[in-house]
Amino acid sequence: MTEAINLLPHGESMQALIWRRFRRHPGAIIGSIVLTAIILAVALAGLSPYDPEKSDMSARYQPPSMSHPMGTDALGRDLMTRVLYGGRVSLLVGLSVMLITLLIGVPVGAIAGYFGGNVDNILMRITDAALSLPSLLVLILLSAILREVEAPFLKSNPVLTIASVIGLLAWMFTARLVRASYLAIREMDYVTATRALGATNLRIIALHIFPNAIGPVIVESTLEVAYAILEESGLSYLGFGIQPPTPSWGNLLSNAQEYLVKYPWLAIFPGVMIFLSVISINYIGDGLRDAFDPYKVLKKIGEV
Amino acid sequence: MGHYVVRRLLQAIPLMFIVSIVLFTLVNLAPGGPLAGRGQSRRMRPEQIAILKRQFGLDQPLYKRYIFWLVGNDWTKVDTDGDGIKDSPGQGKGILRGDFGMSYRTRQPVIEAIRNSFKNTAYLMSVTLIVVAIIAIPVGVISAVKQYSIFDIIVTTLSFMGQAIPEFWLGLILILVFYVWLKNPMTGDSLLPAGGMYTLGMEFSLLDWIKHLILPVTMGVVGWVTWYSRFLRSSMLDVIHQDYVRTARAKGLRMSKVYFKHALRNALLPLVTIFALDLPYIFAGSLYVEIMFSWPGMGRLYYQAAIDRDYPLLMAILTIGTVVVVLSNLLADVIYAKLDPRIHYD
Repeated sequence: MTEAINLLPHGESMQALIWRRFRRHPGAIIGSIVLTAIILAVALAGLSPYDPEKSDMSARYQPPSMSHPMGTDALGRDLMTRVLYGGRVSLLVGLSVMLITLLIGVPVGAIAGYFGGNVDNILMRITDAALSLPSLLVLILLSAILREVEAPFLKSNPVLTIASVIGLLAWMFTARLVRASYLAIREMDYVTATRALGATNLRIIALHIFPNAIGPVIVESTLEVAYAILEESGLSYLGFGIQPPTPSWGNLLSNAQEYLVKYPWLAIFPGVMIFLSVISINYIGDGLRDAFDPYKVLKKIGEV
Repeated sequence: MGHYVVRRLLQAIPLMFIVSIVLFTLVNLAPGGPLAGRGQSRRMRPEQIAILKRQFGLDQPLYKRYIFWLVGNDWTKVDTDGDGIKDSPGQGKGILRGDFGMSYRTRQPVIEAIRNSFKNTAYLMSVTLIVVAIIAIPVGVISAVKQYSIFDIIVTTLSFMGQAIPEFWLGLILILVFYVWLKNPMTGDSLLPAGGMYTLGMEFSLLDWIKHLILPVTMGVVGWVTWYSRFLRSSMLDVIHQDYVRTARAKGLRMSKVYFKHALRNALLPLVTIFALDLPYIFAGSLYVEIMFSWPGMGRLYYQAAIDRDYPLLMAILTIGTVVVVLSNLLADVIYAKLDPRIHYD
């Protein structure tokens, strides 16, 4: 066992090695700091003295000032409070989409890649069918339909609804990635050895191959969060996503085009928040990609 | 190769059937329906709605609607005047015979609406793609050749930014800057128009058309440029360290010629595949660009159809979209094999 550990440079654990590589990526570090700040601000939205949904007709369309740092909207609501509450929704959508794509994509990819043959064939044909849908068009169709379904569960869980729609059209990429890893890893000697020792298929898939296949999945899932935040904001902007009065970064912008001439701040701040979160997450994803790619980093820091 | 293409096309047929059944069910089972909006806006009586329902064939069970949509209903009698008696022969030829049906909203053939919108989308997208190529090719080549230089770092940062800007928000900001804030110092008008393909009621003027193109094209270009310049950079990096490039340089060929001619040709190879895979987006146009700038193209047509629940129009665009996705996947594989003699399909 000592030999196996010594194969890693400086004799450190895998986690420590990945963390050390991640720290070498300035974009990823700045991205982590910005994202943490956004998450903190969003989590502490309740400290705002204003109510996100209660209108105040005496304070409509106020430009940014000390008491309203981002100004107020058409109903006199404090925009900053609404942006922070909207952030909860948008970030939650991103996170939920990631979980949904993992929940579908990882089992499908793992089973297809590990068993191969007919199982692989059937699962990959389903994946192909899902990939052959014109995704943006179907996304709009599904969210336009769900908007009008009179089901109490959907109405009270708008985040989950929109996240399922986005996730249902995005799991295929995770599945293909996981399948490719499992295809390669299942041929390795240690897997054969484990099987010879009598491990069940489920045990091999979940405990022995999974830890070695997880790198690319983590990178992909991180980027998935950013992608989902963008998709949600677009759909909500079009009026198909999260429905007002619940704010989300997208639907805060949905009337912005009409207000551009007189009240431009209404269009600027929610967009800046989307931009900052997405760019932070993308940089974190890039840092993780470097951290999980041994060859690339070792070459960069001159260890190969 | 011929066998390969035929096999792929044959495989696509059952796939298309399954996808079309799924989409048809989704579209038709949607609550609300095309008549819900009519009831509100025109205050129609329930009897009138019932008549319309029969005229549109919405009183039929779902499987029958699908069959009519697929193969038409001219082989059977339908009830068109809404009196409940199936007395006149059906008019629809069905999608398999190229008849996409009539739009519920305009009562015009769906295919006409698609043809008109597609012209406008093709116009916008071709200008967009030309601009993308003009920017992305030199940027991708130079940032690969000068890897980790200041230029490369700036371009990399810009492309991270470009990928993080929501497309529709970029459009808002462009309108804010070039329509709301910046004014033409001579006339005091807005510097650039914020919508439409040309000024209504004005005689054709090239300058006017170009002015109307600038903002929508800019909005569309950003995403594509970041995407393609990154791809070109990484595929150039694979190529420029190969022996033949070093040989060309050693023989004293000008650097620009080595990179932009010898290396670029091979670096563009994987990009052709990616471009083929992107064809569906060119067909559907940029929905956000078209909506924001009132551009009468495919994206806006679809958006309007989704709001109106115009089933025939929705199904037509979705079906054509799926066919385009399947065909462009095949095209990508075929082109790749044609361009790279090392690849064989069997």
